[in-house]
Amino acid sequence: MGTTWTWFHRFGSPPHVYRLAGILTPWFAWPAAILIITGLYAGLVLAPPDYQQGEGFRIIYVHAPSAWLSVMIYAVMATAAGIGLIWRMKVAHAAAASCAAIGAWFTVVSLVTGMLWGKPMWGTYWVWDPRLTAQLVLLFLYLGYIALRAGIDDLGRADRASAVLALVGVVNLPIIRYSVEWWNSIHQAPSVMKMDKPSMPIEMLAPLLMMLVGLSLYFAAVLLVRLRAEILNRERQASWIKEVVE
Amino acid sequence: MTELVVNNLHVFRGERHVLRGVSFALSAGRCLQVTGANGAGKTTLLRSLCGFVEAENAELRWCGRVSTFNDHEYHAELGYLGHDAPLKGDLDARENLCFAVGIRRRVSAADIGAALDEVGARDFADRPVRRLSAGQRRRVAFAQLQLGQSRLWLLDEPTTNLDIAGQHLVRDLLARHLAKGGMAIAATHQTLHLEAALLDRLELAAGASA
Amino acid sequence: MRPIFAATLLVLRRELLLALRRPILVVQPLAFFAVVTALFPLGYTPELGKLRAIAPGVLWVGALLASLLALESLFREDAEDGTLEQFALSGQPFALLLGAKTLAHWLLTGLPLTLMAPWLGIALGVPLAAMPGILASLALGTWTLSLLGAVGAGLTLGLRRGGVLLSLLTLPLAVPVIVFGARATELAIAGESLMGPLYLQAALAVLGMTLAPLAAAAAVRIGLE
Repeated sequence: MGTTWTWFHRFGSPPHVYRLAGILTPWFAWPAAILIITGLYAGLVLAPPDYQQGEGFRIIYVHAPSAWLSVMIYAVMATAAGIGLIWRMKVAHAAAASCAAIGAWFTVVSLVTGMLWGKPMWGTYWVWDPRLTAQLVLLFLYLGYIALRAGIDDLGRADRASAVLALVGVVNLPIIRYSVEWWNSIHQAPSVMKMDKPSMPIEMLAPLLMMLVGLSLYFAAVLLVRLRAEILNRERQASWIKEVVE
Repeated sequence: MTELVVNNLHVFRGERHVLRGVSFALSAGRCLQVTGANGAGKTTLLRSLCGFVEAENAELRWCGRVSTFNDHEYHAELGYLGHDAPLKGDLDARENLCFAVGIRRRVSAADIGAALDEVGARDFADRPVRRLSAGQRRRVAFAQLQLGQSRLWLLDEPTTNLDIAGQHLVRDLLARHLAKGGMAIAATHQTLHLEAALLDRLELAAGASA
Repeated sequence: MRPIFAATLLVLRRELLLALRRPILVVQPLAFFAVVTALFPLGYTPELGKLRAIAPGVLWVGALLASLLALESLFREDAEDGTLEQFALSGQPFALLLGAKTLAHWLLTGLPLTLMAPWLGIALGVPLAAMPGILASLALGTWTLSLLGAVGAGLTLGLRRGGVLLSLLTLPLAVPVIVFGARATELAIAGESLMGPLYLQAALAVLGMTLAPLAAAAAVRIGLE
C-alpha cells in the first residue's frame, strides 16, 4: 500500500510528469504516423470501393475513427477531471484541459467528413442522421466545457468547476445518444451511414482498424505535447522550471 | 482552557500563497484580533476557518478533539458574520431572523423579540431590511449571531460603517459574549475598545507570490 | 439541531414568501413564453393546421428558454448577500437546502409555464383534449430542466455573461428532456397514448432528483470560494 501511494503521488508531480511525457511522445508519435499513412493508403487506394456507395464510401476511414475518438476523448477528459477533483491533483486537471481542444477538433472532423459523405448520396450537406446529430450535441458539450474554463479567471476554480461539468456531461452522454437514436427511429429519417460490421470484408476492416489505432496514438502524442505546454504554463513560477529551461 | 487550536494553516488563492503556516490558539472568554494590510489575507483566514476556502495541510483542534473545517459539530458552534449582513431586502428583520436561525435551531417569536431588543433594533424590526441603514442592518446581523447561540464568533470588519454608538454596541455585545465563555475572532484594523486583557493579537504580513 | 425536513421546508417557505413580495419576477418568464409563442405564427403562417404540426417544438423550446431566463438568478442573490454561506454553516445537508431552492424555482417558474402551455397551445391549433397529456409531460420536463439548470447556475455563479454561459451549458444536457417531452406532446395532440415517452421522462426526472442536487452542491461550493 505504501509503494502504491508513492507511485501515485509521484505520478501527480508536475516535473515528473513533464519529463515522462517528453520521453513517451516519440513512442506514440512514430507508430501513429506509420499506422495513419499505411491505413490511409490501404483504405483510399488498395481497398475495393463499396458496391453500394462507390468511392465516396472511402471517407469512412477518416469519419468512423474520428467519431469514435471524439467520444473516447470526452471520457478520458472526464476521467482526468474526476481524478483531479477527488485526489486534488493539479496534473490531472492540466490533462483534462489539454484534452478538450483535441476532442473538439475530432468532433468537427467527424462532422465535416460526415457531411461530405452525405452530399453525393442525398444531394444535401446536412441530414438529421442520428450519428451526425449526436456528434453535433457532443460538439456543444465540448464548447460548453471550453467556454466555462475561459469564463473563470481563477485557475483553481476553473479546474474544479469544469471538472464537475465534465462529470455531469459524461453521465449524460449515453442518455443523450440514446435519446437521439430514439428520436430518429420515431421519425424514420434517412440514415446516412450504414456500417455493417460483421459483413465488412477484411480489405475494408483492416485499414479501418489501422486508422483507429493510428489516430488514437496520434491523440496520445498530441495530448502529451499539450500537457507539457500546460504544465509549463501552470508551473512557470516554480523553481524546477528554471532548471528545465536551461 | 484552550478550545480552538489551529496549526500550520496554508492557503493558496490561485498561485498566490496567501496564508503561510498561520498558527494560533484561543481560549474561552477571549477574542483574537487579526490585523494586517489589505490583501494580507484576513478575510481568507476567516473563510478558511469556516471551510469555504480549501486549506492545504492544516491542523484544527476544537475542544481538544481533532476536527476538520467542514465538520458539522464544529459548524454548529460557529457563527460567521461577513462584510455584508446576510439579510434579504424584501423581508423585515423578524422574518429574516426566523428563517436564518430557524434552519439551525428552533426559535420562537419571543426569542427573536428578545434578541432584537438586546441589539436595540426593536424600533425598526418591522420595516423591510432594504430600507434600513448600514448600521441598522449590522445590528440585526448581530441579533442573528446572538440567536444562533454559537460559541465561536468569526467577524469580518464588524465595526466598519458604524457610528460611535454602533461601535460601542459591538463592543458591548462582544464583551457580553466573551463573559459568557464565548470566543471571537475579529478581522479588523480598527480598535475594538475591548479590555486589553481579553485580547490576543495576530498580525498577518502581506504574502508575496510563491 | 433542527431536523432536516423542517429546515428544508423553512427554505422553501422563504423562497415563496420572497416571490410573494416581488410578484413581477414570477410574471416575467410567463410573459416571455407567451411572446415567443406568438412570434411563430407571425414568422411562419397563420394556418392552424400547419401550426399544430410544429406546436410540440414551439411549446417545448419556449418553456425551456423561459426557464433558463429565471434560472440565472436561482443562486445569484443568495451568493451575493451571504445566505448560501449561512446554508453551508448550518449543519444541514447542503445539497438538500439547494434542492429546496430548486423546488421553489420550479413551483414559481416551471409549474406556471406548464399551466400556461395548453392555453398557448390553443393558439397553435392544439385541441383541448390534448391538455392532460401536455400538462403531465411539461410538468415532468420543466422539473428535470430546473434540476439541470441548478447545476449550471451553480457552475456559473458570479461570472460575467453568466446567463449566456448557463444556457450554453444546460441546453445540450437538456436534449433528452426535449426529445422525450416533445414526442409525448406530439402524441397527446394526435390523441394517442403517450405513456411510453412519459415513462422515459419520469425516469429522467428521477435520475435528475438523485444526482443533480449533489452536482449543484459541489458546483456552488466551488463558486463560493
